[in-house]
Amino acid sequence: MENLERIITEHPFFAGMTPEHLRLLAGCASNARFNAGQFVLREGEEANEFYLIRHGKVGLEVYTPNRGALTIQTLGEGEILGFSWLVSPHRWRFDARCIELTRAIALDGKCLREKSESDCRLGYELLKRFSHVMVEHLQSARLQLLNVYEAH
Amino acid sequence: MSTKPIDALALAPHAANPMLSRPYRVQKVRQETPDTFTLELEPEDKQPGMTFAPGQFNMIYAFGVGEVPISISGNPAQPNSLVHTTREVGTVTRAMRQLDVGDSLGVRGPFGVGWPVTESRGADVVIVAGGIGLAPLRPALYQLLAARKYYGKVVLLYGTRTPPDILFRRELQQWHSRFDLEVHVTVDRATGNWRGNVGVVTTLIPRAPFDPHSTVAMVCGPEVMMRFTVQELEKRGVALENIHLSMERNMKCAVGFCGHCQYGPTFICKDGPVFRYDRLQPLLAVREM
Amino acid sequence: MPEQSLTLGQQVTLERAALRSLFDELQSRGYKVLGPALREGAIVYDELTSVDDLPVGWTDKQDGGTYRLERRQDDALFGYNVGPHSWKKFLHLPAVRLWQAERTGGKLRIIEEKHETPKLAFFGVRACELRAIAIQDKVLLGGQYADPLYRSRREQTFIVAVNCGQAGGTCFCVSMNSGPRATAGFDLALTEVAGDDRHFFTAEAGSESGLQILKAVPHRIASEEERAAAEARVAKAAGQMGRQLDTTDIKALLYRNYEHPRWDQVASRCLTCANCTMVCPTCFCTNVEDTTDLKGENAERWRKWDSCFTTDFSYIHGGSVRSTPRSRYRQWMTHKLATWIDQFDTSGCVGCGRCITWCPVGIDITEEVRAIRDTEVVPIQSSGNDHGES
Repeated sequence: MENLERIITEHPFFAGMTPEHLRLLAGCASNARFNAGQFVLREGEEANEFYLIRHGKVGLEVYTPNRGALTIQTLGEGEILGFSWLVSPHRWRFDARCIELTRAIALDGKCLREKSESDCRLGYELLKRFSHVMVEHLQSARLQLLNVYEAH
Repeated sequence: MSTKPIDALALAPHAANPMLSRPYRVQKVRQETPDTFTLELEPEDKQPGMTFAPGQFNMIYAFGVGEVPISISGNPAQPNSLVHTTREVGTVTRAMRQLDVGDSLGVRGPFGVGWPVTESRGADVVIVAGGIGLAPLRPALYQLLAARKYYGKVVLLYGTRTPPDILFRRELQQWHSRFDLEVHVTVDRATGNWRGNVGVVTTLIPRAPFDPHSTVAMVCGPEVMMRFTVQELEKRGVALENIHLSMERNMKCAVGFCGHCQYGPTFICKDGPVFRYDRLQPLLAVREM
Repeated sequence: MPEQSLTLGQQVTLERAALRSLFDELQSRGYKVLGPALREGAIVYDELTSVDDLPVGWTDKQDGGTYRLERRQDDALFGYNVGPHSWKKFLHLPAVRLWQAERTGGKLRIIEEKHETPKLAFFGVRACELRAIAIQDKVLLGGQYADPLYRSRREQTFIVAVNCGQAGGTCFCVSMNSGPRATAGFDLALTEVAGDDRHFFTAEAGSESGLQILKAVPHRIASEEERAAAEARVAKAAGQMGRQLDTTDIKALLYRNYEHPRWDQVASRCLTCANCTMVCPTCFCTNVEDTTDLKGENAERWRKWDSCFTTDFSYIHGGSVRSTPRSRYRQWMTHKLATWIDQFDTSGCVGCGRCITWCPVGIDITEEVRAIRDTEVVPIQSSGNDHGES
């Protein structure tokens, strides 16, 4: 557990959180490892965790029957996978599949949601950080949508 | 085995030879959007046209080129004119686009299980269409409006790529001006001086005026769009067994013999193309099913 | 011999020589007799001109990806099992023109094909094949629409079944409850007893037309010893099955294992050559081909056997839904053993073993089921995902 606590304490994503909250987070953390091609999350399933990617690469995919799986975004080392755990109805909206062997720290989102109900400070700190993640994704998606490289 | 909604059941005669095409003559050709057109057809032999249920489809044969399944997009109350709206995407639809008034093509059908229009009486109805998906839903809307008093709120949510891709624009505007029908249109990307909604069609669902606990939803469009639409409807509290999707797969015979349209244990041509979502849910979760 | 009042199911004895009479009787009544014949190192189904065309004294040795003929010690007429052909080639024709069309000045005229329906006698149908025919009857005649060509050919077919006296190396009809004894769906059923001292058949009629034919052939009521000898042959076959398939809860087993890693394993071997679908007696998928002449005035629509193993089979605008061999093998096997049950209230597999014998790499459907059953991981019902190591 000490190793996990150290990683979480030193991770930039959690910079600025209180030692007490960091200990709490470490208590909700575990190591995870996914082989290339393995699914981390599936569209429609309950979203109860999120991941800090330590090494590797994960693709967010949408499956279509005639064009196969389309990768809409990739996430790599240092990035955060999954924010639907924080937003109702707590269901994944996409598939996430490993492009390479990936090691990550999995955090129990369900537990953190519950704790945030009573510890609003914790909730706000998490929300501040995750809303940042969501805005970044949104901005990126909007730019992708503009199709700026189109010929006309 | 599926239980077919009564209004979609066997309006097709049990043709002695279901593989035999019947020649139909082109009465009208209309370009709807840059890549979508409509043909209005009547039987070559001047016999009565076919009666069909909304959501059913025909197998359309372009002489010497091939045959494809195309949903019927016309008014079931006007069987003398058979209307098909399709995108020009392959050899057969391209050949269809080259037809002039007076030319003929082959028609077999109607086939399949259609929308639960009669079954929805007493409920609100929300219709969610994406792109060409509006075409198979239009007959359902006609039938709903012809029996308007039996339904609660009726809402049409339509999304497409860009403003020039808006299908049945004039009709949408007419519907929009009715007091007993709510119509919301959106595009993924605005072009020109579009001042309407911009955003995917699912963004229209959270604020659409229907009572989720007494609503039947009919959804048609690309499979991804339908999956995300169901997510939004479910978020609002619509029961999964009240959501109906129209599915699509490769079809060759349309009568359950060629095997091409199989989707899990279902044959899309005869158990569908319209399905209750709860039946599809386990199948949609498996890739390359 | 005085005319006896023979009844359905009553066992009679035919001497070996009487089989010629049976054959001739069928021909004299206008039947084209089709049955096993030796062609190019395999026993296939072809037109027979006389009972001598049968592969007398031959047997087959079958295993995954292997088929060899060997001489027997005796002169049995039916001393082998099933080959690459099945009777579906005569009922559900491999290639058939459905109609022709003419176009004059933009106007279309469709000319329906008038199909000749010959009287066919299938001579030597095995129990598994009877089951396969019954299954195809369900598929092609039992739904909202019926295939008119299949129906007219089926109605004109006379079936002489043969109860197997030996099992093949890839046989598992016992597992699928479809043999080796023929219980229904035949006009006549024979069991061959080719011993050192005697060579005879026990026979029974399964229909009125079978009864008529049987009465016209030299026969007498079978003795208890003769019946016992025939039973023993069939019992021996039942005990010799080359393969075994556990069908316990098989639909649920496959429905919950769509993502089993075994599919990747078999996909690494499968060539998607489609042999299995061609030789399978219940596979029914077809393609519709529309063709035209160069002038563009005459067109034809043909129906031909197709296979779910082809990449085009599931093509919709943009691409094929089942683009990987993994998904196509999975489709074939789950259809054959699971979804078929939901579609037609029966398994699609009759345990004939052809798919095992004729697979160039010897993929064995019974082994694949066993592997999935033995190595399935029942998911833990939790809110999280399986994280691998932690």
